[in-house]
Amino acid sequence: MSDAQPASVYDLAHEEEVESLATFAVLVDNEPGVLHRLVGLFAARGYNIDSLTVAETDQNAHTSRVTIVTRGTPHVLAQIEAQLTKMVSTRHVQDVTRDPNGLERELALIKVKGSGPDRVEALRVADIFRAKVIDITHQSFVFELTGASSKIDKFTELMRPLGLVEVSRTGVLSIQRGVEVL
Amino acid sequence: MTAHQTIEAEITTLSGAEMVVRALIDQGVEVLFGYPGGAVLPIYDALFAEPRLKHVLVRHEQGATHAAEGYARSTGKPGVVLVTSGPGATNAVTGIVDALMDSIPLIVITGQVATHLIGTDAFQECDTIGITRPCTKHNYLVKDVADLPRILHEAFHIATSGRPGPVVIDIPKDVQFAKGAYLGPTEVKHVHNYAPRTKGDPGRIAEAAAMIANARRPILYTGGGVINAGPGAAKLLREFAALSGAPVTSTLMGLGAFPAADPQWLGMLGMHGAYEANHAMHDCDVMVAIGARFDDRVTGRLDAFSPGSRKIHIDIDASSIGKNVRTDIGIVGDAGSVLADMIAVWKQKNLKPDKAALADWWKQIDLWRARNGFAYAPDSKLIKPQYAIQRLYELTKGQDVYITTEVGQHQMWAAQFFRFEEPNRWMTSGGLGTMGYGLPAAVGVQMAHPDSLVIDIAGDASVQMTMQEMSTAVQYDLPIKIFILNNEWMGMVRQWQQLLHGERYSHSYSSSLPDFVKLAEAYGGVGIRAEHPDELDDKIREMICVRKPVIFDCRVTKDENCFPMIVSGKAHNEMTLADEAGDLGALVSDAGKRLV
Repeated sequence: MSDAQPASVYDLAHEEEVESLATFAVLVDNEPGVLHRLVGLFAARGYNIDSLTVAETDQNAHTSRVTIVTRGTPHVLAQIEAQLTKMVSTRHVQDVTRDPNGLERELALIKVKGSGPDRVEALRVADIFRAKVIDITHQSFVFELTGASSKIDKFTELMRPLGLVEVSRTGVLSIQRGVEVL
Repeated sequence: MTAHQTIEAEITTLSGAEMVVRALIDQGVEVLFGYPGGAVLPIYDALFAEPRLKHVLVRHEQGATHAAEGYARSTGKPGVVLVTSGPGATNAVTGIVDALMDSIPLIVITGQVATHLIGTDAFQECDTIGITRPCTKHNYLVKDVADLPRILHEAFHIATSGRPGPVVIDIPKDVQFAKGAYLGPTEVKHVHNYAPRTKGDPGRIAEAAAMIANARRPILYTGGGVINAGPGAAKLLREFAALSGAPVTSTLMGLGAFPAADPQWLGMLGMHGAYEANHAMHDCDVMVAIGARFDDRVTGRLDAFSPGSRKIHIDIDASSIGKNVRTDIGIVGDAGSVLADMIAVWKQKNLKPDKAALADWWKQIDLWRARNGFAYAPDSKLIKPQYAIQRLYELTKGQDVYITTEVGQHQMWAAQFFRFEEPNRWMTSGGLGTMGYGLPAAVGVQMAHPDSLVIDIAGDASVQMTMQEMSTAVQYDLPIKIFILNNEWMGMVRQWQQLLHGERYSHSYSSSLPDFVKLAEAYGGVGIRAEHPDELDDKIREMICVRKPVIFDCRVTKDENCFPMIVSGKAHNEMTLADEAGDLGALVSDAGKRLV
C-alpha cells in the first residue's frame, strides 16, 4: 500500500494475521451426498479441515451430526459459520469453541511396539493418562484413550520414544453442557 | 364408505413422468425450456398432449437455461428447464452456475439413466448430482417415485425463497415410468426444514435508520436483491430515497430498481460505472448496501474502498454480510421487508435528514456530474458504439421494452447509456459474465411478454456462442431484436490487451465473421445493417417495426475503449476517464495486472 493512498478505517493487516482453531457442530439432514456437499463447500472456498466426524444421530428425524475442526481468522470463521448455515440441508450450526459450555472429546487407538523396560514405561504412562489396554501381544500394546485432542497429542508424544508405531483418531466430537440441545 | 376408503379414493396414481407435468402445473408453471433425449422421453411423452404447458424447444441446453433465466428475471417467477442425461445435463451447467451467481430461481429437471444402470458408465450417463452439487442452491437424485412429488414441490420452495437460486432434480428413467401416489404442493411434507429469515432485526433497523438520518454524506448502494424482492421493494426504495434525500447508485444487476429519470439517481457504480457514483461511494460517510454483495467489480481496491464511511448492509443472505467488506450494521432480511420496516421507524421517530449537510453533499455530487464521465469523442463518418446505444434508447423510449445483453464492452455501454425506469426490464449476466447469455435470455423474455419489444444488445463475438437460438426464435414466432455492436473484435479482451499486455492482441480478432444479414435470412429472420451514423435512426426504426426476429448488424468503430474505468488495483476515486487515458499501461501496477 503506497503512502499516497488514504488509509482504510479497517485495520485489515492486523485482522488477517490471527488464525485460530474452531470446532463447529453441524446438524444436517441425513441424505445422500450431504457430506460431499459440506466438504465441497470447504474445498471450493479454500477452508481447512483439521478433523471431521459424522454419523446419523437421530434415526427418526433422519439427521446426522457433523463435528468439524477448522482454522482461520475471525473473519474466515464467521464466513464458514454463515456458509454452513446457508446450506439447505443444514438444521443447526454451533461454534463449540466459542461456547463456554462446549465439551470436546476425541478417541484414539494407539499401537506401541517394544520390549524390556520400554513396555513397563508405556504401561505406566498409559495408567497416568487413564488409557485402556485393549490388545496385547509379547511385542505390542493397543491403547484406547479418550479426552481432549491436546491430551491425545501429549500421550502420543510421550509414547513416541517408547515404540509408538500407529495412531488412529476419531477426530473431535462435541456436545454442550447442561440442558440445552443443538 | 369408511374413512379409510375415502382417503383411498382421493389418491391420484400417476407415473413419475406424469407427476412432473402435474407438479409443474400445480406450481403455476406456464412455460418450460428444454431439449429431449433418451433419458427424458417419458416426461416428453407426458407433455405431448398437455395444453397447459408451453414447451420451447431450444437448440442447445445452455440456451434453455439462459432462456429460463430471462423468463424468470422478467417475470419474478421461477424458470423451468427440462433436459436429458449426460451431455444434456453438462451443457446446462453454464446456465446453472450463471443462475447461482445472479440469484435467479430455476428448476432444472434432468433425465438420468435407470437406477440399476447408475454407476455402470452407461450410455449418456454422468454424475449430474456430483457435477451440479457445487453450482446449485440444492439438488436431488430421485431414487424412489414415492419421493418425487415431495421433491418437486420442495424444489420450487427452495428455488424461490430466501436468496433465490437454481435447483436440479435428476430423475432416472425407471422412476419416470414407475407409478405412485401424487401429492399436491400443500399435501407434501417437506424433508428440509428450509425457512430463511426474511424479516430484519427491529433493533438494528432502528439503529440503521438513526445512522442514516444523522449522515452528512449518505449513499444508497442497491443491487439485484431489490429486484428479487419484487416490484414492491423497488417502490419502497423510491420512498426511502425520498425520505432520506440520499443519492442512489446501483450494481449492474440492480439497474431499474430506482428510476434513471429521478434526480437522485447517480447511475451504475463500479469498474465501468458513473464517475459521480464511484466518487460518491468513496467520499460518503454512511453507505447503505441493499441487496448488493460488494463484488470485486463494484469495490475496486478493497483496502481503499470508501475509507471514511460507516456501512450498513441489508441482505437476505447472511453469508454476504461481512464477506468482502466489514460492515458496521448487518441486517439479514428481505430488501422489501427491511425497507418497509425502515420507513416505518423513520416516520414513527419523525427522523429528518440534515438538510444543510445534504445540500453540500449534492453540490459536491453536481461537480462530479459536471465532469461528464461517460463523454466520448463523436464521429460523423463512423458509428460510435456509445452513440448506437444512445440512439437505440432514444428511439425506444417510452415503449414497453426489455433489454438483455451478452458480456463485454457492449454490455457496459448498454448499462451506461440505456436508462431504466422500472425493475425486471434489464437482463444481463453479472456474476458469471457468460458470453452468449443475451440471445437465449431474449427468447425467454419474449415468451413471457409476447407483445413487448425485446432487444438483445450484443457483441459480434458473444452472440456467436448461442447464435443457434435464432432458430428457436423463428420457430416460436418470437420477434426478438439482436442488436449487434459489431467491431470484429472481442472488444473487452482487446481493451485489456491494449491496457495490460503492451498492445499484443493475442487471438482476439475474428477475421471471418459471418455476414449477419445473410445469417438472419438463412434462419428465416430479417437482417438489417447500419454502417453510417446518418442511416442509424432509420434502420433502428425499421428494426422496431419488424414483427419477426431481427439481427441488426451495427458496424461500429473498431478500437473504441469502454470508459470511465477503475483500472485493476485502483480505488473508486482513481477512475480513468476517456480524455485522460493516454498511456494506460503505465497506470496499472504489477499487483493490479494479476487481478482479473
